Amino acid sequence: MKLNQLSLFLENRPGRLIEPTRLLAAEGINVMTLCLADTAEFGILRLIVQDPERAAQVLNDAGWAVNLTEVVAVEVPDQPGGLAEVLEVFEQAGLNVEYVYAFTLRREDRAILVFRFQQPDQAIAVLEASGHKVVDAERLAALVG
Amino acid sequence: MLKELWNDAEGGFHPASAPDFLPDAHLKAVQLRRLRAVVARAYDNVALFRERMTERDLTPASIQSLDDVAKLPFTVKADLRDTYPFGLFASPMGDVVRLHASSGTTGKPIVVAYTREDIEVWSEVMARTLACCGLHRGDIVQNAYGYGLFTGGLGAHYGAEALGATVIPISGGNTDRQVMLMRDFASSAICCTPSYFIHLVERAGELGVDLRELPLRVGVFGAEPWSDGMRAHVEATAGIKAHDIYGLSEIIGPGVGVECGEQQGLHIFEDHFLPEIIDPETGEPLPDGSEGELVLTTLSKKAMPMIRYRTRDITAIIPERCGCGRSLRRIQRIGRRSDDMIIIRGVNIFPSQVEAALLAVEGTLPHYRIILTREQGLDQMTVEVEVTPEVLSDQVRMLEDVRRRIAQAIERIVGVRVGLRLVEPHSIERSQGKAKRVIDQRGD
Repeated sequence: MKLNQLSLFLENRPGRLIEPTRLLAAEGINVMTLCLADTAEFGILRLIVQDPERAAQVLNDAGWAVNLTEVVAVEVPDQPGGLAEVLEVFEQAGLNVEYVYAFTLRREDRAILVFRFQQPDQAIAVLEASGHKVVDAERLAALVG
Repeated sequence: MLKELWNDAEGGFHPASAPDFLPDAHLKAVQLRRLRAVVARAYDNVALFRERMTERDLTPASIQSLDDVAKLPFTVKADLRDTYPFGLFASPMGDVVRLHASSGTTGKPIVVAYTREDIEVWSEVMARTLACCGLHRGDIVQNAYGYGLFTGGLGAHYGAEALGATVIPISGGNTDRQVMLMRDFASSAICCTPSYFIHLVERAGELGVDLRELPLRVGVFGAEPWSDGMRAHVEATAGIKAHDIYGLSEIIGPGVGVECGEQQGLHIFEDHFLPEIIDPETGEPLPDGSEGELVLTTLSKKAMPMIRYRTRDITAIIPERCGCGRSLRRIQRIGRRSDDMIIIRGVNIFPSQVEAALLAVEGTLPHYRIILTREQGLDQMTVEVEVTPEVLSDQVRMLEDVRRRIAQAIERIVGVRVGLRLVEPHSIERSQGKAKRVIDQRGD
């Protein structure tokens, strides 16, 4: 039920973002969403892509420091309150969100929230118990495909 | 009989190793006889040396015992530069069969010469070096030291041939081809700088080749200081036994000293090179066991004898006998040179200290460099360390934590504040020969 997020180390200088994205483009790997966490000196680029294992291999072969992290993705209606409702579920379960980012789908009125937890399985359990739709790799492919 | 004395997998004594086991009294007698001959040779043929002897009221007859070596004047690197190119030769050019030169860090290189006998001695000490590393006839030696003016390539080459091993004279560089031949030719030993070997292991991994699965079993690494931590790393990642070798072109090239299977210090081939330890400040000889500057006298060199050459390498002579049975004395591994030293705000720092700290922090590979800058008159030291997938996290605070732990480990060892920058993999230039670890941008 979890998604593999790709994390990539970047130095914080002009032009560093271009090279890995070009590599993925050349391999025909579509980036669905990304989120950049940065400090003055370096950044961590987090990516949700089609085929994260292949993307990791491509980047690794080209000499980038990459790893894969399991994240939890939830499908919510793209309307006010969509995020708040999900966060409430986590709050009640006492789960701490490490970070979150989101993207919307063009064809449907849906948004996908991507969460990072220390205990992703517990998060998935409470989401499912509260009737939320957890998005796995297959579902994500269907939604964007 | 000791295993290393047998020159192939089935057995067979290699006579070259015999002098490693001379009884002490015999060794000392050989040393004194050779010392007197080399001093006489230098006195008779090298003007600079004769002048310095005369200034001290010395003649070759002044050398009556091995301890008398301390009466002799030192030779320093500047003497080689000042007499560039051929001023210290003791043989006519007709007897010189080979010249080598070292890349000088400032201006002119230094030139060294060999007669045919010198080449034979060099081949012998390198054959003994490789035998000491556990190599023998039937081994396939991939020689990735650079061939050319640098002594490393040809020195190891002649030694491996003298031993009866099979040499692959691939020279340095072209790492992809090194990996291919290592696999296809089933190399059992490699000779190169330790930093280049780390690069090679890394590149092999990218090419999908795991060195632990290849027949490679021995690494003969030298030409730059490297730490025990680095040894543990290369031995684990490549599945080899890594031996430190020592040498310098002024003396002969590689072949001055080597670690045996015990890996507890480097045996000096004392029958050809007489070691002393001196106080680098006062020049006074220090007893065995004390740390100081290594001084070497070539006992057999014909074309270019070196009398009390100051190596600038800091080490100590180990007084105890080695477990391997060799009577040759050992020196401690050389972690620093007196001229490698960085002085930051009055504190002496050696790159090997930074390396030790990096290795102490879990999961950090030793790809790093030290950058020295001056900001508003104050020296700053920044260490750049490449990020590996092992330490990478998707969370900033985890990575900040790695950065802080490395910085603190370095600060604890060197005693000054350092800046620490995490950089992308492969962003630090890989050396094909000696690694350049320190970039000094202070510009005096």
